[in-house]
Amino acid sequence: MITLPEVLSLAALLFCISIAGIFLNRKNVIILLMCIELMLLSVNMNFIAFSHFLGDIHGQIFVFFILTVAAAEAAIGLAILVVMFRSKGSINVDDLDSMKG
Amino acid sequence: MIEQIVFYLFSGILLLSATMVVVMRNPIHSALFLVLSFFASAAIWLLLQAEFLAIALVLVYVGAVMVLFLFVVMMLDINLVTVREGFARFLPVGITVAVLMIAAMGLVVGSDYFLSDTYMAIKSVGSDYSNTKELGLTLYTQYLYQFEIAGAILLVAIIAAISLSMSKSKVNKSISPEDQVFVKKADRLRIVKMQSESNTKNGESEA
Repeated sequence: MITLPEVLSLAALLFCISIAGIFLNRKNVIILLMCIELMLLSVNMNFIAFSHFLGDIHGQIFVFFILTVAAAEAAIGLAILVVMFRSKGSINVDDLDSMKG
Repeated sequence: MIEQIVFYLFSGILLLSATMVVVMRNPIHSALFLVLSFFASAAIWLLLQAEFLAIALVLVYVGAVMVLFLFVVMMLDINLVTVREGFARFLPVGITVAVLMIAAMGLVVGSDYFLSDTYMAIKSVGSDYSNTKELGLTLYTQYLYQFEIAGAILLVAIIAAISLSMSKSKVNKSISPEDQVFVKKADRLRIVKMQSESNTKNGESEA
């Protein structure tokens, strides 16, 4: 029998790993996008855990919409990445400083 | 009991592959480990009786999004040396932040609140229960408007991705009609003066 805190700890650990990944790979945009996917996955796991343990289907509906938006985000992010590689010749985040922000 | 063993097995696979995504040197290996972590979490979602979403995760994520990732990673010629710069420098900061967040979340998750009776209301469902059917009944009645908005978002994403990544070079060979109307004989036709060739040479070449 799985209990709710077990699933919640798993999702929390997954979220922390992806946070650490964003800090470690701040040069590489592709790994940053992958870390964002992992974060969304851990959030989805929380939703599904609560949906299961509360006996409520609405959590799964929410996961459905998060999956939709995450797929759209990944497609646009990768398209921006391709355009960036074409114009700059690299995928280093530090090269994106032409606006001097 | 067996449920718990399967859960811990797939949790281990999930956490291990997520760590490998973060620390791998080659982005292709990272993408493949991300695929493994999606499979492991789909297995955990199956244990939590979210069958439709588990299958959707495998089909949509592993089948579409991760293939897109792999395409882009393999298409771009990434300099692995510059990409790995600063990994060791940011390692202490990253680990500190991760440990702090684990501690903060542990305080929340570790409390007895989540073990209370409210969260033990697991419905015992029969073998003829269909998760997909119940999800569809809710999605197409109560959440119909949101469902249509999700479709519009996907359409916008398709158009945005295509228009961003389409190269600006001219793809079709159409000519503008106004240029065609104003063209003059001198622009197209060139008269060359040259001597006519002799008949015998022509006859030889024919024979």
